[in-house]
Amino acid sequence: MTDNHSYWAAIVRRCRNWNRNSRFSEKSVVIFLWLSAMVSILTTLGIVWVLFKESLPFFSEVSLFEYLMGTQWSPLFSPQKFGVLPLICGTFLIAAGAAMVAIPFGVGTAIFLSEYASNRTRDVIKPVMEVLSGIPTVVYGYFALTFITPLLQSVIADVEVFNALSGAIVVGIMTIPMVASLSDDAMRAVPDSLRYAAYALGSTKFETSFKIVFPAALSGVIASMVLAVSRAIGETMAVTLASGATPKLTLNPLESIQTMTAYIVQVSLGDTPQGTIEYQTIFVIGLTLFVITLCMNIVSNKVLDRYKLKYEV
Amino acid sequence: MKVEQKKMQNALMESKDLSVFYGEYEAVKKASIPIYEKTVTAVIGPSGCGKSTFVRSLNRMNELIPGVEVKGEVLYHGDNIYDSKVDPVNLRRRIGMVFQKPNPFPKSISQNVSWGPKINGMTDALDDRVEEALKKAALWDEVKDKLDQNGLSLSGGQQQRLCIARAIAMEPEVILMDEPCSALDPISTGRVEDLLFELKKKYTIVIVTHNMQQAARISDHTAFMYQGDVIEFDETKKIFTRPSKKQTEDYVTGKFG
Repeated sequence: MTDNHSYWAAIVRRCRNWNRNSRFSEKSVVIFLWLSAMVSILTTLGIVWVLFKESLPFFSEVSLFEYLMGTQWSPLFSPQKFGVLPLICGTFLIAAGAAMVAIPFGVGTAIFLSEYASNRTRDVIKPVMEVLSGIPTVVYGYFALTFITPLLQSVIADVEVFNALSGAIVVGIMTIPMVASLSDDAMRAVPDSLRYAAYALGSTKFETSFKIVFPAALSGVIASMVLAVSRAIGETMAVTLASGATPKLTLNPLESIQTMTAYIVQVSLGDTPQGTIEYQTIFVIGLTLFVITLCMNIVSNKVLDRYKLKYEV
Repeated sequence: MKVEQKKMQNALMESKDLSVFYGEYEAVKKASIPIYEKTVTAVIGPSGCGKSTFVRSLNRMNELIPGVEVKGEVLYHGDNIYDSKVDPVNLRRRIGMVFQKPNPFPKSISQNVSWGPKINGMTDALDDRVEEALKKAALWDEVKDKLDQNGLSLSGGQQQRLCIARAIAMEPEVILMDEPCSALDPISTGRVEDLLFELKKKYTIVIVTHNMQQAARISDHTAFMYQGDVIEFDETKKIFTRPSKKQTEDYVTGKFG
């Protein structure tokens, strides 16, 4: 019994010493944290590597020019055509339409929440918006297909069952909470001293909110808009369900289109054999999406730097 | 004799039994202070005595803080500014304010100054107004070549004078200043004080200050507040040389505060 006791005591003591051996534990913590950081970096690098590796054989058969400038996209049927423009056009339609919904309503919500709403109203609206952003996107897709599209059809005569407009609206609704929440944060970060300065000069609430606070928060608001557009470009399930699978070079939002993401879904779900050019197209599209989003991030960072304002706190 | 004359003169503004509550807490207790035209009135007292709250209630800035309640009245040209008919927006166009910390808008220097005239509909000869206000605020020579630069790029003292220029540009009648020099270095403070001597020729100024020397130097009248009460109000000279209350004497001679 005594032996047993001293045995455990020794272990406890050793553990304590091990803990106290701060150099070792410091180092192991640093290594663990470093590895955690590496996981995401290595994953990103791995994905980019796979995208490039699988895309290269594609470009040995289809020229880059043909891919970027071609106006027809039909890799799954003959005659096979590999012009990405219809998909980019579809994606652009969705992103632009979604932005037209999400930006005014999102920014409007943000101005209301940050400048006009009482704390009690805020406490109701904020959680509701979080619920809105917690709804799975596939549900939004169904919502578009079974509610928005019939509604559109009852107003406009020639709306197809699958159409870009319905998808754009639903993606816009989806992104309102993000725009609202980020813009609200940006506007609330504007120091009250600026609001007081405006009021003390006899500004109305409207002048203070729209001409002082809003411009002062512009960098954050623009960031939220760029994120919304990025999200709309990457959005997959809702647009696949709502806007169809017809790659078409059109700017008519009432027609069925196909986005880049929806195409990836279509091929991934099908029985396309590995190694074929059809199979490689989804990596090429993935790479294209990646490049577009990367460019948007770079541009938005540049914009942010330009509009960034520094306050003395 | 001169003292008597000033007292006879009608006050431009006057608080009458003005009490300000933050919820249950009474920050200002039945303050009655007259403010005479084209003079500088200083409000002094230790931290938390209610002096900032008092000046903020002179242009209804207190209302922006939730849970504030005001009792009593503030007369301005004989009318109570807390009357339901008075629009605080219009009131604040007549009674400007400069804050403790400089708070220029994150806009250009000229946009900062022209903001007041613009929203006030005084859009004619805007550039001249900007120049005049900046000259009055003794800032023109330092900024005349960089009017398009952001107001935040100026030094702290310059920013405060920009805020003064911004308040003047609206051509108010009264300027309230809430410790305008507390965030400034001695040289900038001296400049702002010099400025006050110029400004009082045209404007009525109420200044809250922590700094008793400053109050003695620049003001015509001084109110001493302590724990929400106005202990004494009189000509500055009298407050600092022969105050009638023991508490005032203790404070101005530095026995507490």
